[in-house]
Amino acid sequence: MVTPYSEIEVTELTATELGLTAAEYAKIVEVLGRTPSYTELGVYSVMWSEHCSYKNSILQLKTLPRSGGRLLVEAGEENAGVVDMGGGYGVAFKIESHNHPSAVEPFQGAATGVGGILRDIFTMGARPIAALNSLRFGEPDTERTKYLVRGVVSGIGHYGNCFGVPTVAGEVYFDRCYTDNPLVNAMAVGVLRTDAMASATAEGVGNPVFIMGSSTGRDGIHGASLLASREFDSMTENMRPTVQVGDPFAEKLLLEASLELIAAKVVVGMQDMGAAGICCSSSEMSAKGNVGMKLNLDVVPLREADMSAYEIMLSESQERMLVVIEKGKESIAKTICDKWDVPFVEIGTVTDTLHVEVYRNEKLVSSIPAKSLVLGGDAPVYVREQTEPDYLKLTRKPIDKGATLNQDEFEKVLRKLLSAPTIASKRWIYEQYDSQVGANTIARWQGDAAVVRLKELPGKAVAVTTDCNSRYAYLNPYRGGMLAVAEAARNCVCVGAHPVAITNCLNFGNPYDPEVYWQFAEVIRGMGDMCRALDTPVTGGNVSFHNESQSHAIFPTPTIGMLGVIDDMSYVTGNTFTAEGNSVALIGWQQVELGGSEYMKTVKGRITGDAPEIIIENEVALQKAALLAIRGGYVSAAHDCAEGGLIVALAEMCFGSTVGCEIDIPFAHNVGELFGEAQSRIVLELSNKNIDSVKQICADHGVPFTLLGKTSGNTFIITELCNIEVQELASEYYNALPDILETVHA
Amino acid sequence: MNVGVVTFPGSNCDADARHAAALANADNGDVVHQLWHKDSVIPQGLDAIILPGGFSYGDYLRTGAIARFSPIMKEVIAFANNGGVVLGICNGFQILCESGLLPGALIRNENLKFVCKDVFLKVENTNTPFTNTVKKGSVLRMPVAHGDGRYTASEAEIILLEKNKQIVYRYVSQTGEKNAEANPNGSMHNIAGICNKDGNVMGLMPHPERASEALLGSADGFTVFTGLLAHFQRKQAQVVA
Repeated sequence: MVTPYSEIEVTELTATELGLTAAEYAKIVEVLGRTPSYTELGVYSVMWSEHCSYKNSILQLKTLPRSGGRLLVEAGEENAGVVDMGGGYGVAFKIESHNHPSAVEPFQGAATGVGGILRDIFTMGARPIAALNSLRFGEPDTERTKYLVRGVVSGIGHYGNCFGVPTVAGEVYFDRCYTDNPLVNAMAVGVLRTDAMASATAEGVGNPVFIMGSSTGRDGIHGASLLASREFDSMTENMRPTVQVGDPFAEKLLLEASLELIAAKVVVGMQDMGAAGICCSSSEMSAKGNVGMKLNLDVVPLREADMSAYEIMLSESQERMLVVIEKGKESIAKTICDKWDVPFVEIGTVTDTLHVEVYRNEKLVSSIPAKSLVLGGDAPVYVREQTEPDYLKLTRKPIDKGATLNQDEFEKVLRKLLSAPTIASKRWIYEQYDSQVGANTIARWQGDAAVVRLKELPGKAVAVTTDCNSRYAYLNPYRGGMLAVAEAARNCVCVGAHPVAITNCLNFGNPYDPEVYWQFAEVIRGMGDMCRALDTPVTGGNVSFHNESQSHAIFPTPTIGMLGVIDDMSYVTGNTFTAEGNSVALIGWQQVELGGSEYMKTVKGRITGDAPEIIIENEVALQKAALLAIRGGYVSAAHDCAEGGLIVALAEMCFGSTVGCEIDIPFAHNVGELFGEAQSRIVLELSNKNIDSVKQICADHGVPFTLLGKTSGNTFIITELCNIEVQELASEYYNALPDILETVHA
Repeated sequence: MNVGVVTFPGSNCDADARHAAALANADNGDVVHQLWHKDSVIPQGLDAIILPGGFSYGDYLRTGAIARFSPIMKEVIAFANNGGVVLGICNGFQILCESGLLPGALIRNENLKFVCKDVFLKVENTNTPFTNTVKKGSVLRMPVAHGDGRYTASEAEIILLEKNKQIVYRYVSQTGEKNAEANPNGSMHNIAGICNKDGNVMGLMPHPERASEALLGSADGFTVFTGLLAHFQRKQAQVVA
C-alpha cells in the first residue's frame, strides 16, 4: 500500500499544535498503522474536535428522548430532524451555534451562522420557511457590546433577508457573563415532501461525487477545531481569518439548484459543507453509506491556485455542497446547475475501499478509513468528571421575597423592569429582519411564538419559538433545563399550537472543568425529564462548549427551539389585549418566587436564590387546559408569565394595542407575588361569557383559575399600586433599547 | 388576466407575487407564468409583467443595476414602451428606475438600516391599472422590507411627477397625515410608489403581495391585483363591445 505523501514530517508535537491530545495522536497512529501524513493529521484534528465529534457530550445527549411522536427522522440520523405534518409533508428544523466566530467578527460570524443552518435544512430537500435566533450579549453599557449587537443583528438580517427566509422570532438576553463570549444561535425551519427527502449518505460504488456551489478558499480553516473548540485568550484576535465570509446570493442559487436536483431524482446523497468542509462531508457521507470515496482535489475550483491538500480539505468556505449523483444522470444534474449558474464539478467517485482517499498534484495525500473519523466509529468518546459547583453554596442562600411595595416604589420597579434591556421591546432589532418574505407569516411579534402557515397544507400552520432563561440554569441547572423546555412549549400553547418536538443548542463553558460538566449533565437531565413529560422528543441540535472568557464560564445556556403544530388556523391567538370590557384571568399556580428573577438582577443587582420551582404534572396540566381553552375559541389573548413575572406580563399585554386594564391583584402586594417568576402561569383575556367554560376546563385539569380584573380604557391600573397611561409605559418599553444602542459614547 | 412574473437570480418574492396573482385569478383560471431572466422572448398575449422583490444578482454593485441588463429586461422594456402593463415591487421598483422606465432612484434608507414593518399608504392616483378599484385618498396598510427604499429624484423630476399625477402612493400615518414619522426610509415627499406618465408602469417599495390575505394581517395590497384584474376585464369588455 502507498503511504500518503506528507508535506512536513508529522510528530506528536504537530498533533498537539492542532489541538489533539497525545493520547488521541497515539490512537490515530494505531488506527492507521503508521504515522499520518500532514493532511491526514489535519483531517483527524477537525473530525475529532469537540465541534465535529461531540466526544465530550454524546454520552449525555444519548439520555435525551430522541424518538417517538411525529418524528420521521430521529436525532443524529440526518442533518436535521423531521416532523410529520400529514398529507405527505414534513417539517425539518434545527438550531446551531455560531458563537466564537460572532465574537471575533460579529457581522460575518452571525451571517454565516444563518447560512450554515439554512443549508442543513435544504440539503435534506426542505424549502426554508422560517428562521429564528437566540442571542446573548453582555450588558449593553460598553461600546464593544453595542458593536457586537449591531454587527450580529445586521449580519443576521443581511443573510436571511437576501436569501429570502423570514426571520420570524427570537430572543435576546443581556448579562455580564456574555461580555467576551456572546452567543449567536440560529434556527431554521423548512418544509419538505416526505417522499422526496434527501439523505446525507454516499451509496453505489462508481457513482460520481460532485462539489457544488462556491469555490474553495482559505477562509475558515480550523474554524471548528481551533476557534470553536477552545476558550478565548489573547490569541483570539489573531483568529479573525478563521471566520468564514458569507454570500447569501450564492446560497439562494444553491438552494434553488439543490431543490431542483432533488426533485429531479438524480441525487443519491447530499451534504452541506459547514464545519470542516470537504473533509467532514466526505467522511460522514462515506461512513454512513458504508463505502469509500476517491477525491481529486486538483479539480476543485479554488480561489487561490496554490492551496495545499490540507487547506482544501479543511476550508470552511461557505455555500458549498458535496453531492453524490446517480451514475448516468450527470448531464441532467449539470443542466440544472447551469440553469442556476451554480458551479458543479465532478471531483471523485464512490468506492468500496471504505477509505476516503485524497489526491493532490496527482499524489495520494490522505487515505483514512471513513469510519475512524466519525461519531459511532473511532472518534473518541469521553466520560468527564463532574462536581457540583462551589458557587451554588453562595447563591442558594435564602432571599427575602416578602418586601411589600407602596405605589411609588411599585411604579419605579415597573418602569425599571420594562426598560431593562432583557425585557424591553426588541423592535429595534427585529425590524431589521425581513419577517414576511414567503407570505406565510401569520403572527410575528404579537404572539408568544411565531406562526407560519404551510401553503402546501391549506389550513395548517406551525408555531416556532426559541427560549432559555440561563439565569435559572445557572442557579439550578436541572431545573433550568426543565424550565427552558417548559417555557418553549408554553409559548407554543399560548398561540394555539400543540408542541411536538424540540431542537436544542447547548452552550456551555469548558467541559474539562468538572463544575461545568456537572452543569451540562444536570441541564440535560432536566431537559430530558420535561421533554418526556410533554412528549416533545429532541430532534437534534448542537453543542457549543468552551464558551468562556479569560476569567469565567458563561451561564449554562440550553437554548430550546420548539415546534408546535396548528391544525386549524382559527386557533391562532395573540398575546395582546383585543378589546375593552373583557375579563383578565390567571390560570396556573401563583407562588412567591424571586430567585433568578429579573427583579433581583435589575433592582437588587444580584443573581441569586434558587431557580423557580416547577412541578412537572402541574405544567403538563396547565398546558393541556390552556390549549383546550384556546382551541375551544374561548380565549382572546394569552401570554405566559416569564421575566418580570405577573405584572410585566400584564403590562406587555397592553402594549400591542391601546387597550389598558384594571386589575385587582388578589395576592399579597409583595415583590415575590408581583414580580416573582413562578412557573406554570398563563394570563388570559376572555370575553365574560366564556368565563364559565374556561373555569370548567381548568377545574377538569386541576388547574387554578383566578380572575384578576378586566380590560378597559387606555390606562394600566393595578388597584392601590399603579395608574399610568399605557402610552407612557409603552414608550419606555419601546424606546429603551434604541436609546441604548443608538447612543455612541466617545 | 394573463400575468408573467420574472425570476431573476436572487429574486425571493417571485413565488409570493405569483401566489397573489393566482389568488386574483382564482375565479377565471387564467395562468400565471414564471418568466426567466435569461429568456429573450415573452409569452404571446401577456397582459402584465411583474418584477418581484428580492436581491436580484445579490444587489451587488447597486440595487437593480445588474438585473437591468439581463436578457428579459430588453423584452420588458419593449413591452412597457408598447403600452404593456408592468408592476415593479421593491427590488422590481429599483430595477424599473435603473432601466429608465421610471424616473428617480432608490438609495440607502436614511437611517442606514434595513426596515421591515407595516406602513400606511395614501392612494393619490386611482386612475391607473393598479389602483382603479380604490377610492382616492384611501389609506392602505402594507409591509415594507428593504434597505434601499429612499426615493430620490431631482426637483425638476419631482415637479413633473406631481404635475402629471405620477405619485401613486405616499407614506402617511394611520389617519392619513403625511409626516416624517410615517416615512420609513426618508423618501422625498414621502413617495412610496410612482407610475410613468402613461400610467402603465408602476413601481412601489411596499409589498402588496404580502398583504393580499387577511390571514397575513392585511388584505389591502390585494387591491393592486384586483385592480389589474378589473382593468383587463374592462379592456376585454371594450374589445368585445
